[in-house]
Amino acid sequence: MATHTATHKLRRVFVWELPVRFYHWLNALVIVALCATGYLIGSPPAFLSNAEASDQYLFGWIRFIHFVAAYLFFFNFLFRLYWGFVGNKYADWKNFIPTNRKFWSEMWEVIKIDIFLQKDKEHLSVGHNALAGFIYFLTFLAFLVQCITGFGLYASMSDWWFADMFVWVGGIFGGDFGLRNWHHAAMWFFIIFAMVHVYLVFYHDYVEGRGEISSMGGGWKFIEEEVFDKEKKKATH
Amino acid sequence: MTTKPTRRPTYYEEIRQKGYSRRDFMKFCSIIGAYMGLEATGVAQVANALQKTSRVPVIWLHFQECTCCSESFIRSSHPIVADILLDKISLDYTETLMAASGHQAEAAKAKTMKDYHGEYILCVEGSVPTKDDGVYCCIGGKSAIQVLEEAAEGAKAIIAWGSCACNGCVQAAHPNPTTATPIHKLVHGKPLIKVPGCPPIGEVMAGVIIHMITFGRLPELDRVGRPKAFYSKRVHDTCYRRPFYDAGLFVETFDDENAQKGYCLYKVGCKGPMTYNACGVTKWNGGTSYPIQSGHGCFGCSEENFWDNGPIYRQMANFPGFGIESNADEIGMVAAGATAVGIAAHAIATNLRKNKLINNVIAEGKDAEKEL
Repeated sequence: MATHTATHKLRRVFVWELPVRFYHWLNALVIVALCATGYLIGSPPAFLSNAEASDQYLFGWIRFIHFVAAYLFFFNFLFRLYWGFVGNKYADWKNFIPTNRKFWSEMWEVIKIDIFLQKDKEHLSVGHNALAGFIYFLTFLAFLVQCITGFGLYASMSDWWFADMFVWVGGIFGGDFGLRNWHHAAMWFFIIFAMVHVYLVFYHDYVEGRGEISSMGGGWKFIEEEVFDKEKKKATH
Repeated sequence: MTTKPTRRPTYYEEIRQKGYSRRDFMKFCSIIGAYMGLEATGVAQVANALQKTSRVPVIWLHFQECTCCSESFIRSSHPIVADILLDKISLDYTETLMAASGHQAEAAKAKTMKDYHGEYILCVEGSVPTKDDGVYCCIGGKSAIQVLEEAAEGAKAIIAWGSCACNGCVQAAHPNPTTATPIHKLVHGKPLIKVPGCPPIGEVMAGVIIHMITFGRLPELDRVGRPKAFYSKRVHDTCYRRPFYDAGLFVETFDDENAQKGYCLYKVGCKGPMTYNACGVTKWNGGTSYPIQSGHGCFGCSEENFWDNGPIYRQMANFPGFGIESNADEIGMVAAGATAVGIAAHAIATNLRKNKLINNVIAEGKDAEKEL
């Protein structure tokens, strides 16, 4: 290997605080649980058993897991919204909602470089890039739809005032028929999002070598000294 | 003030005149009280009210419908319901059951509307077509919409019987060629009770009317205007096959062993988990049975748009806008497949387009490895 490349000194940047990482992994876990149990609730496999029905509660457990996971998902989501106001700059709500021109121009930049793969160019983002941030914002809207439709379906089974707050939802979606259909369709958004999300994490790690995958473990990303200095200059201006 | 007959007979008096004994009357009060979900003392209230109140005039209009609501009503379990409450006494006007016809019938209706302005109960069976000035349903030279507006004006309260009047039912299913419209979208500013179902259960219909007579007010309604006493629970919640659902034991096809064992019908399209009605408790034909008990899933006849939320024999509904027989899962799987293909293509393209970057990172890493 004669092609000698420049060696870089890397700066360690603390990007994802513990609460953000905790949110991320709890969210991942409950979404997997919700999708798996939700799919089974929609299309139950043919369970066959010789045991008496009174000795079995399989489908009941599947639904129970779905409901428990849904509550965790909802309160975890609320917590993340709160953290968007008190967390560090990479957790801030401004990463997700386009509030200025720069946000939009960065989004266009990311689309050109990472989606349409401009030749041998890379886009540096220490935290979320603008496109990712905006897509997370869309996922938050999907979270909202899923929570509202889900609790709307759940309301008639619950005596708790919190779940009962959602009884109005059915009326908007044309009764439980429509509610259920939309709730089920929205699940596919989560599945497809997860596929793309995981792929892109690998993509960034592979192309840029800055520790994208491990950042959600320890919280650190590693960026080259000269890139760091450039970013610092940008930030102080 | 308009002039009224001196004193109208009470319900009790009318019932006795018809040849029912007091014992029959008390039995009726007990039965209907039980159906309404009243406690024991409530029965006395029902009896008391029927003895003291004069009959409430009722106008019962029929628009786009099949008369199954009327049929259901006159078959409710106690003969007094059909015989006294509607058929012989209370109905001042109803196309199906009235003796009068033509001008006589119209005159009787006009008289009731005038004499009992603000007092009569308006029952509506059927939806109202509003397309092309409502020409698709005309009665006595007037369009349904005109007939409804005239009758609604002086009504004390309106009862929308059945899914047609509540949600439009089959004639409002896509593409709804006559713009069949439910009553609550046409009449505003009047108390309105929805009693959906195709048809609603006869005892439920009787219970709603008796409630209004006994307590002098509308029964407690839910958010969409249905009486809570009958529509606050899903068919699923009161279904005797529910334990099979919780156990995960389902009928796979109608002729399999599971069907013989009476397992849950969810997988063959039972819409009980989405349908709010009293079928599981009150049942039909005098408490004989209901669809699920007869081995067929509930198809959600009391729910809005149930015709468009088919197919009847699949548990997942068609997804709107994607043609017949495509449910959310099928569309979702295609979308996920397309995404996987897109990801694979992007991964390949990445290696071609970003090879310099990737090679640099790899080379830098390998150099460092060698130095150690």
